[in-house]
Amino acid sequence: MTEADVAAHIPRLRRYARALVGERHAADDLVQDTVERALNKFHLWRPGSDLRAWLFAIMHNVFVNQLRARGARPEEPLDESFDVAAAAAGDRLEVRDLDAALARLPAEQREVVLLVGLEEFSYAEAAKALGIPIGTVMSRLFRGRERLRALLAGAPSQPSLKVVK
Amino acid sequence: MKAGETELHACVDGALDAETRRAVEERLAAYPEDAARVADYTAQRQALHARYDAVLDEPLPESLRMAAARRPRARPQYALAAGAMAVGIAVGWLVAQALAPAPARTASLPRQAAIAHAVYLPEVRHPVEVGADQQDHLVRWLSKRLGTDLKAPVLTREGFDLVGGRLLPGEQGAVAQFMYQDGKGRRLTLYVSRVREDRGDTAFRYSREDDVSVFYWIDGTVAYALSGAMPREDLLAVANVVYKQLNP
Repeated sequence: MTEADVAAHIPRLRRYARALVGERHAADDLVQDTVERALNKFHLWRPGSDLRAWLFAIMHNVFVNQLRARGARPEEPLDESFDVAAAAAGDRLEVRDLDAALARLPAEQREVVLLVGLEEFSYAEAAKALGIPIGTVMSRLFRGRERLRALLAGAPSQPSLKVVK
Repeated sequence: MKAGETELHACVDGALDAETRRAVEERLAAYPEDAARVADYTAQRQALHARYDAVLDEPLPESLRMAAARRPRARPQYALAAGAMAVGIAVGWLVAQALAPAPARTASLPRQAAIAHAVYLPEVRHPVEVGADQQDHLVRWLSKRLGTDLKAPVLTREGFDLVGGRLLPGEQGAVAQFMYQDGKGRRLTLYVSRVREDRGDTAFRYSREDDVSVFYWIDGTVAYALSGAMPREDLLAVANVVYKQLNP
């Protein structure tokens, strides 16, 4: 086991981070802090266990710490005043692409939707990476996907969900 | 029978065996609303890949390549290996400094802290401006000058008593330095400065500046660096105590 094994996971950590925090530099900072922490704590990794799950678990911790440092809470969306049910049609039309819709999910739902939907984690793997029971993974997935669906419903490109960027 | 919520999502995520999947799909036919949701959730998955898979092929930025090229840290109980590793890290750091500009945000922090440490380390008569006998005044004064609430960690259990502190000029304005000393006359300094913008916390980072070991980290808008001329593992133990006291 060497640093090369950790390095092999960096592209996927970056993909996840980009979807999670949106902005490119902030996402790469999250990856860098994750990699540094992983290498610092490498003696805590159990040989034979899933390195990918371990790395994503570290990224989750770094991410939650960053939210706390900003005074945000993981159960709140980036824009907590947004209410799907109450949103006027005009508001919905502004949510045109996936980035914006994801940003309007509470962070804890966004993590689950992305781990399962983008990183192809099983529900059990997601539960382990996030340190929560599998039932909590499921309820966050249900709510997250339904909310994402409502957010994207007003987008003109909805049928194919084609993202114009 | 209507399919359960878990089954719908398991169907989207390919988590069902072929037989169960067929059964769920048959039931979906009778419930168009559920079928529409399964279709939408499946489309979400596809959209996520369409939007973000390209990141996999993006070239790594320099800072990330450097971070990944570092050797993993040895198990702490292998003192010899750890010592060799400390040398490796120090050499690695020097090479990294020589080859590439380190991230500007923290690169100068351990260096500045180590210089401040080295300057006041040998001072016998005036190691600090305000002594530990006026600790309340010291902490209030430095807090006011830095514009943030400071605390002087208590390290008596680690064998270090507070000597006092002083105000120093730094790149971001005022810097506070607390000095500690143990029974053998070994001295530690905690260097505290503000950072320009809150970019989140960082993990512990280690740097060796000549004879001085430095552990440094950023907590919100405040950067800390603990310096001492002692082995890395000893300093790490103290750094952990400092960190815990500052983040109760």
